[in-house]
Amino acid sequence: MPLQTQPNFHEPGRRYHRDFSPGDDFYQLLIDTHRDLSDEQSALVNAKLVLLLSNHIGDIAVLREALQHAREGV
Amino acid sequence: MHQTFTYPKYAYRRPQELDGAGPARRPVVVVGAGPVGMAAAINLRLHGLPVLLLDDDETVSVGSRGLCYAKRTLEVLDRLGVGDAVVDKGVTWNVGRTFFGEGEVFNFNLLPEPGHKRPGMVNLQQYYLEQYQVARCESAGVEMRWRHKVVAVEPGADGVTLQVRTPEGDYALQADWLVVCDGARSPVRTMLGLDIEGQVFRDRFLIADVVMKAQFPAERWFWFDPPFHPGQSVLLHREADDVWRIDFQLGWDADPDEERKPERVIPRIRAMLGDERAFELEWVSVYTFQCRRMARFDHGRVLFAGDAAHQVSPFGARGANSGIQDADNLAWKLALVVAGRAPARLLQSYTHERGWAADENLMNSTRSTDFITPKSAASRTLRNAVLQLARAHPFARKLVNSGRLSVPSFYVDSPLNTPADAPFEGAMEPGAPMDDAPVVHEGRPGWLLEHAGGHFRLMVYAEDAAVLDVEALQALRGDAVPVELLVVTPRPGAAAPAGATVLHDAQGLVARRYDARDGSAFLLRPDQHVAARWRAPDAARVRAAVARATGNHAPA
Repeated sequence: MPLQTQPNFHEPGRRYHRDFSPGDDFYQLLIDTHRDLSDEQSALVNAKLVLLLSNHIGDIAVLREALQHAREGV
Repeated sequence: MHQTFTYPKYAYRRPQELDGAGPARRPVVVVGAGPVGMAAAINLRLHGLPVLLLDDDETVSVGSRGLCYAKRTLEVLDRLGVGDAVVDKGVTWNVGRTFFGEGEVFNFNLLPEPGHKRPGMVNLQQYYLEQYQVARCESAGVEMRWRHKVVAVEPGADGVTLQVRTPEGDYALQADWLVVCDGARSPVRTMLGLDIEGQVFRDRFLIADVVMKAQFPAERWFWFDPPFHPGQSVLLHREADDVWRIDFQLGWDADPDEERKPERVIPRIRAMLGDERAFELEWVSVYTFQCRRMARFDHGRVLFAGDAAHQVSPFGARGANSGIQDADNLAWKLALVVAGRAPARLLQSYTHERGWAADENLMNSTRSTDFITPKSAASRTLRNAVLQLARAHPFARKLVNSGRLSVPSFYVDSPLNTPADAPFEGAMEPGAPMDDAPVVHEGRPGWLLEHAGGHFRLMVYAEDAAVLDVEALQALRGDAVPVELLVVTPRPGAAAPAGATVLHDAQGLVARRYDARDGSAFLLRPDQHVAARWRAPDAARVRAAVARATGNHAPA
């Protein structure tokens, strides 16, 4: 399966009346997770998050594609 | 500074109370002749109530202030009789573009499908809207009193006593109901000692109305970190009369007195325009904002609406738009209560529904603010990562948040809703704001929303209007809370059953948007929200739903 780059956020049991709502729900969760952390702590949280999600995805071909996209423009 | 607008001066008149005359009690007094107060006053007047409107000033809003009026607000203003004036004078737009650094990263269309009377948004300086509303208040028979300032409020069990200050002295006024629309600082709220809780955002913004000839399209343009204003955001809107609204994020440390000086403002605009074109400043302001709301909007005989009840960040145009929808929600309920056709507890649903909307507006505008003005290095890095990914990846475009523009709330958890009797598809569930659709009425093309609102209506979809057994449904017109019958049919030229309005669903869009089939029916509220829907309606079910939607149904 190729890397999913279309909008894909959703939550079981939740209905959305606006198409921006699921993505905004996720983004708020992400920002809230970093609230009141130092820059160093935030970097550590992001690193752990990458590792957790990478293991969840598992497929190294997909991860390779994501890693390439993440590196672009940096 | 240049002026494209001449501020009207509304005459103070000596009130009869100063000479010991005047009615002892007023059924409804509205405080504050801004967009929300006047929307409430006109709406209550159209429901037949005598309305007294008090304002401490004698003109309209200074500066463009509330600028973007959303589709839903235009639909409300249509019912109040000022929609055409606003749309004709204003600048219609649907597309917003977002830039990051040099390039565009994302654009949105507020109204991607045709078949709606009103566009996604119209930009119009607030003073024009207010001027049109004043004229409408006058033609509708709202009694307006300029330079009448409320200086004391004493609430009682069955009314409110006001002390009002005029240039010629003070007088007392009794009101059965007080509708408070006196803005973010709400003197009445303060006099009553009521709390409004939330947070101040630590950022400052420069807002400038600029008069110039420019060829930018009628779109909303938003820049993150543009080369002409590095590290901050900028927003450009077109207004009426060749006026342009430019918003510069300044940061919390900016000095507001310095930043509003023309010698500071003009170079910023010059850098943004990137050329030597002529422009003049019309109005400049530096503002901060708060996100907060009152816990309740109904306090016995005192009802709060608009900024007096809740305030949001300006990103998303959710201030005036939500306030006008507050007034629309409140007016029909208060009119029923004053007429003795609904119990006072119906007004609790005003807090329920508009509190829900306020929470949604606060949530969306706070999210926009967090994206636009990140509060930490980590937050800024994530924001810039989204913007960088947005150039190539659709999922990231959806996350770009330069303001989620005002859309009406779905009151899906409202106690006024009646659940459907069978499955339906589509968005028009109980609590939903009605979708518009093109229809033909008596041979003339028009719009569904032109035939809804003001009263309760039962919209019945019928393949053949002639065979519809409407007798029982027509009897609903004679109830204490009358329900008008609206028949929608896919057949052209159908005869109207006596007393009913028949609309031809010429493009089939009513059927599609409402998932309406032969025999489906929708109970529509005076504020154009759906209260109930059925596959097999009958008069008893409709009456039960009307009772529930008006608080006449004993709560479980």
